[in-house]
Amino acid sequence: MDPDEYFNRTRMVIVAGKGGVGKTVLSAALARLAARTGRTALLVEVDGRNAVASLFDVAEIAYEETVIAPATDHTAAVRARSITPDTALVEWLDDHGMKLISKRLQRTGAIDVIATATPGIKDLLVLGKIKQLVVESDADVVIVDAPAAGHAMTFLRAPAMLAEMARSGPIHTQAHAVLEMLHDPRQCEVMLVTLPEETPVNELIDTAFQLEDDVGIQLAPVVVNGMYPVIDGLDTDLSNVDLSSVKSNLGAAKIAELRAAGDFRHKRSELQTSQRDRLADMLPLEQLALPYIFDADIGLEQIDELADALARAIEALDV
Amino acid sequence: MSSASFDELIASKSIVVLAGTGGVGKTTTSAVVALHAARAGRKVALVTIDPAKRLADALGLDELSNEPSRIDLTPDDQTTDKAKTTGELWALMLDTKSTFDALIHRYSADPAQADRILSNDFYSNISNALSGTQEYMAMEKLYELAEDGDYDLVIVDTPPSRNALAFLDSPNMLARLLDHWLYKALMTPTRKLLKASNLLLKQLSKVVGGDVVEDIVAFFQAFEGMEDGFKERSQRVMELLASDACAFVLVASARRDTTIEAAYLARQLADNDLDVAAVVMNRLQPDFVRLKRRPRAPEFEPFLQAHDELHALADREETHIESLLSQVASDPVVVRVPLLATDVHDLDGMAELQAKMFQT
Repeated sequence: MDPDEYFNRTRMVIVAGKGGVGKTVLSAALARLAARTGRTALLVEVDGRNAVASLFDVAEIAYEETVIAPATDHTAAVRARSITPDTALVEWLDDHGMKLISKRLQRTGAIDVIATATPGIKDLLVLGKIKQLVVESDADVVIVDAPAAGHAMTFLRAPAMLAEMARSGPIHTQAHAVLEMLHDPRQCEVMLVTLPEETPVNELIDTAFQLEDDVGIQLAPVVVNGMYPVIDGLDTDLSNVDLSSVKSNLGAAKIAELRAAGDFRHKRSELQTSQRDRLADMLPLEQLALPYIFDADIGLEQIDELADALARAIEALDV
Repeated sequence: MSSASFDELIASKSIVVLAGTGGVGKTTTSAVVALHAARAGRKVALVTIDPAKRLADALGLDELSNEPSRIDLTPDDQTTDKAKTTGELWALMLDTKSTFDALIHRYSADPAQADRILSNDFYSNISNALSGTQEYMAMEKLYELAEDGDYDLVIVDTPPSRNALAFLDSPNMLARLLDHWLYKALMTPTRKLLKASNLLLKQLSKVVGGDVVEDIVAFFQAFEGMEDGFKERSQRVMELLASDACAFVLVASARRDTTIEAAYLARQLADNDLDVAAVVMNRLQPDFVRLKRRPRAPEFEPFLQAHDELHALADREETHIESLLSQVASDPVVVRVPLLATDVHDLDGMAELQAKMFQT
């Protein structure tokens, strides 16, 4: 599949996964890739962590849409904004003719009582705000860096829960509007990301089935992040190699250490492959593999490297 | 860097709280510290939050329970020294709601008051969904086990969230809900307050529905008289955490993003006058020898590439560790734990980690 085709099929990609597996990095790489296809991408952060900012080397991600990577001759711009639950709740009350109570609720602290009394209301309103963006923003693709896996489930389940709880009124209306968006694969899909390790893979599998069963949202191919690039020849049995010339300048102990480093790398790599295979066995979704980057911390240059890898992986999909 | 060893630190404490973000191996680290102390002869209680399934299986925690159950430490091979330990390891999986329920039972004036609260929908939302409740209840469990006096050491794994330390605010968490204007209005209804609160309640009903508002009012009314007990207990929990008996251990991996989060947790502790006693740097690249001269045989090329990559990574890890440590003012014990060639999810793997962590 061409990346261009991929971004044609849906307007919004929600990136979700366990903490520490590279959600934000993947979101950034997806945004850059979309920009390369000529689409203006809007990156939405919902946990107020400001993690996107350091990747793009900007001071912070504001509530208002701002450009974090300007358009060039070859690419469209990447924009970003941060939507936090508190701002979403206050803005929603304001927008629904409740400006006076929203002020008073904030002042008295009763806004916490509302949020506690109706669990999920903040999640619903963040999603509602995102829906509004999808409708109103002139960005071509919206990428949402979702909360960590456990919370991603509560986040995406909130609309269905509140649609059932509130039988009428503004929350009911909002919940149904968001559900309609979540159920429409042309409007959004979820891209799950994991590391090729036991616990994150298990968590991804659980999350995938729950999302399908409980939320009914379209699932994109899953991303396996941090795959060690294969080094050919690490399984060479060095005992069969004539080492006499090497030994004279290195010594047997150093050679043994070198082999240990190679073996370690080889074992971790095999472990990764076996986890990837296990994921394929247990979850009937295509996989996009992204390489581990050994030589540098993740910055814009590495994001672009990952966007390259993502493009190749998407092209290799046989859909 | 502190000169004391991790072993000495753990041996001198009766409470150890492990904090760190998700994905850094905090739960496994907690289990390994607990195993180590038990094998050293102490009676240890381990409070886990949400262990990965295979770790839970390895610990024999297959049955979810909010009360400690004893873990069998006898190795399959009975001839080893480890079989001789007199220590005990007890573990539990935190159940937030039952811990909260027990607290309600403890502080209610009579069973009828407890029932009114426990059957209230707003209460179930607080005990299930209010952010910070899980963290709060982890500390409540810690306090309960420490007060029991049954254990030499209580180890608590905190939830893997950015709010892992939300319990530091726990004396204020319920207070935040209970103290505000609406609550006062409902509890001591002067005519003026009542009029204003009725107006607010009416408007609230428009947003969340009348049933929900009735639940809120009923909850606050049922809670009357209990808040002092709650506040006092929270205060005692905080005193316990600040005492010499308690150590905070920060668990992190050596990546830029995870060390930033770890530094954030360290700052939160410092803001509450709590020290980081130890920093466990987890899953570091193992330290293979650095070659100055390179073998020229072609068969060695891939091995050299692996060697170079691992060292480039190790060097970057070192800068992240230094950056984190420069932000922890309390002179912590620093523990370096290398990444193993295999994943850890059984007692053997934990024994291997234990050897690395405590240099045994």
